[in-house]
Amino acid sequence: MTVPLAQLQIQEPGGSDACAAANDFCPSWIVENIDRYWSPLLEHVYLTLAPVVIGFAISLALAILAHRRRWLTGPIITVTGIFFAIPSVAAFFLLQPITGLGYTTAIVALVSYTLLIIFRNITNGLRNVPAETRDAALGQGLTERQVLFRVELPMAVPEIMAGLRIATSTTVGLAALAVFAGAGGLGTEILLDKRFKSNVAVAGGLAVLLAALFDLLLLALQRAITPWQRARA
Amino acid sequence: MSLPLALLGDFGEAIKFIFQERESVSGGVQIGGIPEMAGFGLTHMHVSIVAILIAAALAIPLSLWLGHIGRGEFVATATSNVGRAVPSLALLAFFISFIGLGLNNVIAVLVLLAIPPLITSTYVGIRQVDRDAVDAARGQGMTGWEIVSKVELPLALPSIFGGLRTAAVMVVATATIAPLANVQTLGTPILTPQTYGFVGQLGASIVVALITVAVDFVFARLQRAVTPAGLKLSEMPARRRFLFTTKRSFKPT
Repeated sequence: MTVPLAQLQIQEPGGSDACAAANDFCPSWIVENIDRYWSPLLEHVYLTLAPVVIGFAISLALAILAHRRRWLTGPIITVTGIFFAIPSVAAFFLLQPITGLGYTTAIVALVSYTLLIIFRNITNGLRNVPAETRDAALGQGLTERQVLFRVELPMAVPEIMAGLRIATSTTVGLAALAVFAGAGGLGTEILLDKRFKSNVAVAGGLAVLLAALFDLLLLALQRAITPWQRARA
Repeated sequence: MSLPLALLGDFGEAIKFIFQERESVSGGVQIGGIPEMAGFGLTHMHVSIVAILIAAALAIPLSLWLGHIGRGEFVATATSNVGRAVPSLALLAFFISFIGLGLNNVIAVLVLLAIPPLITSTYVGIRQVDRDAVDAARGQGMTGWEIVSKVELPLALPSIFGGLRTAAVMVVATATIAPLANVQTLGTPILTPQTYGFVGQLGASIVVALITVAVDFVFARLQRAVTPAGLKLSEMPARRRFLFTTKRSFKPT
């Protein structure tokens, strides 16, 4: 156990740097210490991707269910809306007696926040498919299931992707608080030294960059899977 | 009272923490109980209400004007995108390290968080007003100011109150991490486990969660109450009614 402790001591000399000691914004300190943000950043990526993927799967299932039984839409929006209003910091503690400290608690809470956004966008997308398009598909002999998977869902892709983009950037921001669930992420670094300007700027900046990067990737994905939209533009 | 609470385990203890004083984990001081929680609650509400009023005073008139003249769509969409991507914890830490601790800095952070949803909802609300209604108003000889105050603003009120709802929930939620800047809100027991222990953290989380859900509910009611009779939900086609009730997409805390 002494070896990692010794390494930790060597990793700390931010304080001995004159600029860092004066608590200024120090590019040289950032360059030297950028390594220690790597694993929190990776945790942050995981804390964003897992909730969005799980949330998308649940929302898609709920949206397909609500597409068949319209009356379910209201109750689903009400329940997911209540989840949405609960602050993530509170949720991270409220879940701990059940799921303990760690990733599970963080991911369960973060999944619950993606549901309202993604469900609403999938449902809107499905409802915005013109009735004539549906009728044409049914008239060609497609079954209800085929209409859903071959016509309605593909046509809803732009709105679904818009929902995924909102959910993803929201989750990047909320994952900064997952440190309270004991799940790490960039928030850990922010809390470790919240008065050190360089530290706050790097950790906060990485979170914003991560959100921007995910947004660009989702935009690229949307262009790739909706060639007909590109042709129109 | 105590037997059913015992059955709830940690949650039962946490509820007791809210209502009864006890000795702190580290000993020496009394913590929990209604008087202390009410004190935290008052500071919590104080920073939240001041922040929402300032944000509304800044954001709503500006975006009302931008929406009226039909300019600045870029500003409206860009602020909402950037606003979503900046973690509230990072923004608060940025203020703490670059500007300092204290009440005013916490309020400034909350104002900055509340502005994007207010700008977007007001701008979108004004732009969504039926152009025919505006043209009819102009044809009847209304001045620019009359069009804004008698046509555009009333028709945009539901959207504006939707933005206020989002902003209020966000601000009340984010005030939970204000103790990082030495402002003692309901987040204090959550952020000082060495004094309050897990039971205190859980108790404060219950209170914060209940308050935000209540704020959300009250603003949802207000949103319905300010909807002009001509726009009442029952008279809208089903699809618009659905879109109309579900415009929340901001949750940075």
